[in-house]
Amino acid sequence: MRQEKKQNNIAFVIGASSAGTLIEWYDFYIFGMLATIISKQFFPENAGTAALLSTLAIFAAGFIVRPFGALVFGRLGDLIGRKHTFLLTLIIMGGSTFAIGLVPGYASIGWAAPILVLILRLLQGLALGGEYGGAATYVAEHAPVGKRGFWTSWIQTTATLGLFLALGVIILIRSNQGVEKFSAEWGGWRYPFWISILLVGVSVLIRRKMSESPLFTKLKSEGKTSTNPLKESFGQKGNFKMVLLALFGAVMGQGVVWYTGQFYAQSFIETVCKIEFIQSRNMMLIAILMATPCFVLFGWLSDKVGRKWIMLIGMLAAVLTYRPIYQQFLTISSVQNRANKIDLTKTVTSLVKVKTDNKDATKIYLTQSFDTAYTDGAVFKYIKTDTLQLRANYDAMIPIDSLNPSLIVSKSEKPNVILEKILGHTDYWKMSWLVFIQIVYVTMVYGPIAAFLVEMFPTKIRYTSMSLPYHIGNGVFGGLVPFLGTLIVEFTKSTTNPKGDALAGLWYPIGVAGVCFIIGLIYLTNKIDKKVID
Amino acid sequence: MISIKKLAGYLWMLMAPLLILFLLFEANQKITNAAPAVRSNVILQWSIILLIFAPICIGFFIFGKYAANGEYNHLPESSDEV
Repeated sequence: MRQEKKQNNIAFVIGASSAGTLIEWYDFYIFGMLATIISKQFFPENAGTAALLSTLAIFAAGFIVRPFGALVFGRLGDLIGRKHTFLLTLIIMGGSTFAIGLVPGYASIGWAAPILVLILRLLQGLALGGEYGGAATYVAEHAPVGKRGFWTSWIQTTATLGLFLALGVIILIRSNQGVEKFSAEWGGWRYPFWISILLVGVSVLIRRKMSESPLFTKLKSEGKTSTNPLKESFGQKGNFKMVLLALFGAVMGQGVVWYTGQFYAQSFIETVCKIEFIQSRNMMLIAILMATPCFVLFGWLSDKVGRKWIMLIGMLAAVLTYRPIYQQFLTISSVQNRANKIDLTKTVTSLVKVKTDNKDATKIYLTQSFDTAYTDGAVFKYIKTDTLQLRANYDAMIPIDSLNPSLIVSKSEKPNVILEKILGHTDYWKMSWLVFIQIVYVTMVYGPIAAFLVEMFPTKIRYTSMSLPYHIGNGVFGGLVPFLGTLIVEFTKSTTNPKGDALAGLWYPIGVAGVCFIIGLIYLTNKIDKKVID
Repeated sequence: MISIKKLAGYLWMLMAPLLILFLLFEANQKITNAAPAVRSNVILQWSIILLIFAPICIGFFIFGKYAANGEYNHLPESSDEV
């Protein structure tokens, strides 16, 4: 009876902690995933690239603020306790996410829109900075000796499952609404933000029933809690050197492997390989779903063989195989490789549409879609839009056949061409497999890391000490993978090579993970700390 | 192994200022070459990057110094040693 009660308690501790953390990750990711739409809604319409960069900057700002959240809430968690602190972070996160969904677009309220969104995004980052350390510490401090890796690995699944949930909700809404309705000012892209308030509400109710961590309670009853966690964490050489070792010998590499496998891969497949929106996201969903159990597997294994080698093997595998994997992405999605496979009978020219522009009635957009089908099941769509200047005004959609050619004054020199690729069955699974491999690397570096960090620091300053390196490693090093990756590709562009080297962006995660691997190899020990209570 | 740890410490100490110099060089080059219309955007981007990475590089230098001084020759096995 007592054993059964203990089991239920274990399940409740893990379940309640993980559910809240999962929702925080969901809240944080939907913004990044909807970055393109958000940039159009909240930034000036006439500055497409600048708008996207502004959103990326907000994205990065969200990550940069995370280390500050780690300091603020880490300190609070070491002073007043884990439970109340991560309850507070959950409420801040849920509130700011819901509020982002309520901010009117730039078209309605002007510059107030991007400013409000920026503030709310910063609040999200702050809350996330406080959440993870609390949840990982809380679960680890409940875990029995020899099962800390296994128990905390459930917390480790939440970041990936949060991504899965965010992807799933967005795909579901977009599939039901269609692109135009989804992207409108008050369109479906706002629903994922609104849904958050329900998820957070339920999670807050569950978390309120949780009791404080037994180790922290014991420390508090003995009057041994820290009076100044920040000073003790970073002002004392003995602890500060461990913070630095955690950052440069483990978390920095883990952060870039995590973001490359789960964000850079998705962005690369969509923007470089030009795989169609739904198909690219489905690949991610499948790969994430298949790889997620590996978090628990590697967490469990780290209790048996130690944390160090599992993390370092994951990092090394990433360093050695990223470029071949991404080269395969390019090969699989290449048009050239299909030259001999074209089934001309299936090649179609379709959808010739003429539309008037309300702002300037003499300008019309001529959109043509050329669908090319291949024998392997792939379909490549070239959507070409020409801008035509007409002599007369048109106030309604008219069929192209009734447009008199003599009315056309000029035609755009450079038509806007969008390429969308839908892969055939075999290539689809090949690409999903390559994403899956990257997520397995993620599970290797990330599965054991909560237990690893918890064991590095004393109970009285654990929340503060482990949160900062975690959020610098993940927030700064990891969070900037898409931004710096894009920037490095920009560096390689020249007049002779205007597209640049598509794989150059990988040098950033490869370099960081490589240095981290060497530091971890030389300085870390593989010893599991059995006495985490001290 | 102890001598490798110490020697590598000097390498990290050397890498830290080199990283800052590299970032400053790249920032200067990108800002100078940027078109006037996007220059402010480029300045903002690089300011953010420098602001984030400068303290991290300083931390990396301190890490190298600790390593070179043998602080990581033996890692603490209990909190009393921290």
